[in-house]
Amino acid sequence: MNALNPRPGPLPNDLQLTDDGRLRHLLDVEGLGRPLLEQILDNAESFAGLNDQGVKKVPLLRGKTVANLFFEPSTRTRTTFELAAKRLSADVMSLTMSASSTTKGETLLDTLRNLEAMQCDMFIVRHAEAGAAHFIARHVAPNIAVINAGDGRHAHPTQALLDMFTIRRHKGDLSRLRIAVVGDVLHSRVARSEIHALNTLAAGEVRVIGPRTLLPAGVERLGVQVYHDMDEGLRDVDVVIMLRLQRERMRGAFIPSEHEYFQRYGLTEARLALAAPDAIVMHPGPANRGVEITSEVADGPQSVILRQVTYGLSIRMAVMSMVMGVNPKVPA
Amino acid sequence: MKRILIRQGRILDPANGVDRIADLALAEGRIVGLDPTGFQADETLDAKGLWILPGLVDLAARLREPGEEHKGTVASECRAAAAAGVTTVCAQPDTQPPIDSPADVRLLRQKAEAAAGARVAVVGALTNGLDGEHLTEMAALAEAGCVGMSNAQRPVADLLVLRRALEYAAGLRLTVFAQPMEATLTRGSCAHEGAVASRLGLAAIPVAAETAALGHWLALVEQTGARVHFGRLSSAAGVRLLARAISDGLPVSGDAAAHQLFLTEMDVADFNPQCRVLPPLRAERDRDALRDALADGTLSVLCSDHQPHEIDAKLAPFAEAQPGISALETLLPLSLRLVDEGVLPLAEAIARVTHAPAGILGLPTGTLSAGAAADLCVFDPQAEWELDADQLLSRGHNTPFHGWPFRGRVRRTFIDGREVHAADGEPAA
Repeated sequence: MNALNPRPGPLPNDLQLTDDGRLRHLLDVEGLGRPLLEQILDNAESFAGLNDQGVKKVPLLRGKTVANLFFEPSTRTRTTFELAAKRLSADVMSLTMSASSTTKGETLLDTLRNLEAMQCDMFIVRHAEAGAAHFIARHVAPNIAVINAGDGRHAHPTQALLDMFTIRRHKGDLSRLRIAVVGDVLHSRVARSEIHALNTLAAGEVRVIGPRTLLPAGVERLGVQVYHDMDEGLRDVDVVIMLRLQRERMRGAFIPSEHEYFQRYGLTEARLALAAPDAIVMHPGPANRGVEITSEVADGPQSVILRQVTYGLSIRMAVMSMVMGVNPKVPA
Repeated sequence: MKRILIRQGRILDPANGVDRIADLALAEGRIVGLDPTGFQADETLDAKGLWILPGLVDLAARLREPGEEHKGTVASECRAAAAAGVTTVCAQPDTQPPIDSPADVRLLRQKAEAAAGARVAVVGALTNGLDGEHLTEMAALAEAGCVGMSNAQRPVADLLVLRRALEYAAGLRLTVFAQPMEATLTRGSCAHEGAVASRLGLAAIPVAAETAALGHWLALVEQTGARVHFGRLSSAAGVRLLARAISDGLPVSGDAAAHQLFLTEMDVADFNPQCRVLPPLRAERDRDALRDALADGTLSVLCSDHQPHEIDAKLAPFAEAQPGISALETLLPLSLRLVDEGVLPLAEAIARVTHAPAGILGLPTGTLSAGAAADLCVFDPQAEWELDADQLLSRGHNTPFHGWPFRGRVRRTFIDGREVHAADGEPAA
């Protein structure tokens, strides 16, 4: 077999499942069936329950070593993964690789080989290139599980899962819901993973709202309704998911100015009033207040933004235990 | 030099409309003719059941020398070419440093001669160092043996420079080889703008990158009358523009890389770095349009777009992998597969990789005409085999066709009547 040419290779979807359909790596929401997604959400529910009872630490991953490999800066995601690992009693190390020293594939593989030699059990990977987590999963030693903590514009599965968890907790059955994802879908790994997750869980209607320059070509083929007019798109939705607008997009001339963007796509109280009266507002954070969302909305009664962070911990505990082949035991 | 008689092979020589069983005689490095009378052979070769084809002429190959010998050398790539039935390869000028002086051209030709593999036809740089700003000494380059000029994949952003380059080349009756790709629509991107790139979040190259560049080039061709060959077209819209330009009577022609006729954006769906190419693999209907254009002659040439790489160049996430395929050894197999798939008749398929590209280069090769240089290959149409990337003779083992089954294989290759390749352990003469 040629190492460079895995054709006919495992598709990314096959790569993340064991032969009997269990989660082996978590690389992408795409390709995970509804039962598996629901199982992840149910397991996260158990961890959240433990948390509510004041049980902060469980011994599920005792003796396991988790390596956080962040090739791209991130504070929040890295911290929640670290905390989730600690609450599962795993040993954790976090490595932040500067992009400059690891832009070449061989360096990436060298880094992996070194960490393998330290007998790690799990890699949490964030990388600026789409497909980086797949690349690592394809080349890693067979005993190591890989969790994608964001690869380029491609996928951010744990964020999407925690968003599904949030929606399920606050709004219940997804099949009755209208959900709008607003903003820079083009550059958003979160949006791509959310769209797959929502469609897999048979959400009632998924909309994306944004200017043409910030929506990927043929985005409707991902299974969404496309709106360029915010007011029209928000009408009667039950969930509004705002995306972060990165400041460097302005320099790339994707939009004329922050001001015009806010005028057309900023979530204000007035706009939110177009949605269903009990609609919830979500944001993967950190929010640019005054660019995509006003403080009144971000801190308002319909916002569940901080709850998302809390749920993120439960989702990551669920996923980490599942790829290690253990399930939470909920005390009776 | 040996006088050789190749007996009872099926002679496939589309330039002369020949497809029949005959004896072929070679002497003094040239083709004597079919079924000669009274020919005294030093050596006789039984070719019963085998095909005799003109040696292939490949319009676009990276030989990587000078500067990237870890990817390939003139010697390694010319020998790989010969083993695959390719007897002339067109070296591209985007080496490091680029081939922009007569001395570079002569050195390359010397190395090719020493390698005793395929002949090398050199395409010189259109601008100094491919900088897109200063014209090269095209007359001197042509005198040193260049078959044409190209800026390879580097842009000539300033249209005034491009206009003058075309005018100057036209005055020297030189062909300019263009790879139409608008840099500002391509930069930093790696996949076709379509369903797959949108799903995978890969930075995307729109079809307009090709058509916008073609628009510039065609306007200046019309203005200057320069002869331009457009290489590696990838899209339905691109070949439509070319077809219109041809029917308008502009002195233009075009080719596609063989892989573009078989792979599409779907092959990128598992982030396979072997499918990272430039221009990118496009949609299925683009591939179908390329096939149609090849069949109707809009695309008169099929080329390999050979780009060998070392292993590390492809051991990276998709966008970071270097683009290109080690493709010399799949040029003939893929061309013949088009025949099996009913895209075009056998004679046409052979023409697209022999006398048609030779015609673009203005070289008297790619035929089995009496008096022509004896560049040819002996092909076993029954041999069934599976491509193994590790077994490629090129220094680059980067191919997405690993594991593909093929029927038919080159057994012997002659250049100037000298056997430069013999399969199955038979020693080269």
